[in-house]
Amino acid sequence: MLLLSIACGAGIGASGLSWGEVLRHLWAGLTGGPITPDQVPAYTIVWELRFPRAVLAAVVGAGLSAIGVAVQAMVRNALADPFVLGISSGAAVGANAVLLFGAFGALGVWALSTAAFLSALLAMTLVYAIASTAGGLTPLRLVLTGTAMYYGFSAVTTFMVFAAERGEAARSAMMWLLGSLGGANWASVPIAGGAVLVGLAHLTVSARRLNALAMGDETAAALGVDAGRLRRELFVVSAAVTGAVVAVSGAIGFVGLMVPHAARMVVGADHRRVLAVAPLAGAVLLIWVDILSRVVLAPVELPVGVLTAVIGVPCFVLLMRRRSYTFGGA
Amino acid sequence: MRIDIDALTVEIAGARLVEEATLRAGSGQVVGLVGPNGSGKSTLLRCVYRALRPSAGMVRLGGEDLHALSAREGARRLAALPQEAVTEFDFTVAEVVAMGRLPHQRSVARTGDDDRKACEAALVRVGAGHLAERGFLALSGGEKQRVLIARALAQQPQVLVLDEPTNHLDIAQQLEVLALVRGSGLTVLTALHDLNLAALHCDLLHVIDSGRIVASGAPYDVLTPQLLAEVFGVRAHRVPHPESGAVQLLFDRLLPTQPAS
Repeated sequence: MLLLSIACGAGIGASGLSWGEVLRHLWAGLTGGPITPDQVPAYTIVWELRFPRAVLAAVVGAGLSAIGVAVQAMVRNALADPFVLGISSGAAVGANAVLLFGAFGALGVWALSTAAFLSALLAMTLVYAIASTAGGLTPLRLVLTGTAMYYGFSAVTTFMVFAAERGEAARSAMMWLLGSLGGANWASVPIAGGAVLVGLAHLTVSARRLNALAMGDETAAALGVDAGRLRRELFVVSAAVTGAVVAVSGAIGFVGLMVPHAARMVVGADHRRVLAVAPLAGAVLLIWVDILSRVVLAPVELPVGVLTAVIGVPCFVLLMRRRSYTFGGA
Repeated sequence: MRIDIDALTVEIAGARLVEEATLRAGSGQVVGLVGPNGSGKSTLLRCVYRALRPSAGMVRLGGEDLHALSAREGARRLAALPQEAVTEFDFTVAEVVAMGRLPHQRSVARTGDDDRKACEAALVRVGAGHLAERGFLALSGGEKQRVLIARALAQQPQVLVLDEPTNHLDIAQQLEVLALVRGSGLTVLTALHDLNLAALHCDLLHVIDSGRIVASGAPYDVLTPQLLAEVFGVRAHRVPHPESGAVQLLFDRLLPTQPAS
């Protein structure tokens, strides 16, 4: 399903290429096979633009969904998502500094993702320092601090948009805030992909401990799980993955909040199953959303965040009405 | 397995919540911890099931220092039912019970036959075998408590620690929970609110007041009118239970608070 979706991501787009051509170019790209000079434009579209974009969509979708699961367990809150820790809005400050004022100009094409990642790390350190007390990281403090920082960073971003000269720069800042995979290329795949894989591995190994943590810190302790340490681990993993993902895709909302819930509605609350299903579902969802964002108003691209909501909300409401699903007494 | 708590002290932010508490529970005994609200019952128990590290003193399980064991190793010997608002996650009963196997499992290993058998046996033991596929959140208070006891039993511990396990239960459910706990054959340390239930079901009582253990012994020796007046501020009469002869209390009225001396 995932592979098929990635292939579709490479196959569907604004310039009409036949499926035969797409498959031939994919094969050529994978095997390094020969192509004739007149095929170069089509090859470039398939191999250099669409394919990495589909792969990146899968990486981002999987990452956001997995981190959504982790954060909801970490703060034991149904409304939590990867952005509740204030990390994405921190990343937005860095990204907009680049988009609007040309900061980090020396880094060239890497400026945007570097700035976003660095400011995500800075935001994470701030939130961690403010939220932690002698008693460790408590869920409520974490959510409150993250939310407060979110508004703080958003204010800085908004101010920057206003202060900047109008026009294209403000438009790309807006695009970034709503999320877009338009900047995808092969260079952006390894770092985000690596971070997501490492994060997924850690979460999968911790799935049973996540179950214990979901039952409460005291219960976790009685089951031999150090809740404080696990929460610190989750915080670092979530922050690093969110930072890496947001750096290449902007702040794509909704996926990290809803995909975990949708996964739980289908397979139940056991994190071993949720963590097997949610990243796949998130990856497939985001690939298709990205395809739609490119073709609906082609050649204009819609922000991905708009479409994740447009598609996700009705699906979610349907699922919720069909099954008796409880989280947070809902 | 016996449990010895020696001169346990908990100090948080300058406040001494538990002060040099010393108490023991012999192997297979059911031992009650009673005291007014805020006297330090939960704090003391949290040190025993390792949600809290004591500032001083020691908890020993069968003679070994509990806090020197790894968390997993400790959880294989001692299970607990903490007092906390339960989860918002919609786990099934079987999933909740399966969590009891966590200290016995490697993090990546699949669930083994041992695990499955232990969980099934534990559910049957508490008479909740038929609930396995139900959602935990949809259960009644008494059913939930039975399932949590099953989780503790699935842990296959030798010691069971409970923090007010009868809270919010009706009288039949309270008696059921205490019978299950007694029937487990484990060494049990439990905080209890209801002094008459404590007198009926415990071999030994420790009374805690303002973080200090002020009396320890058999219920008959501990629950005296003087102690009830001093610790709980109530006047009470003692009567023997018509059948078992265990001491039972009839409460009279509140005593006027004594001026602090």
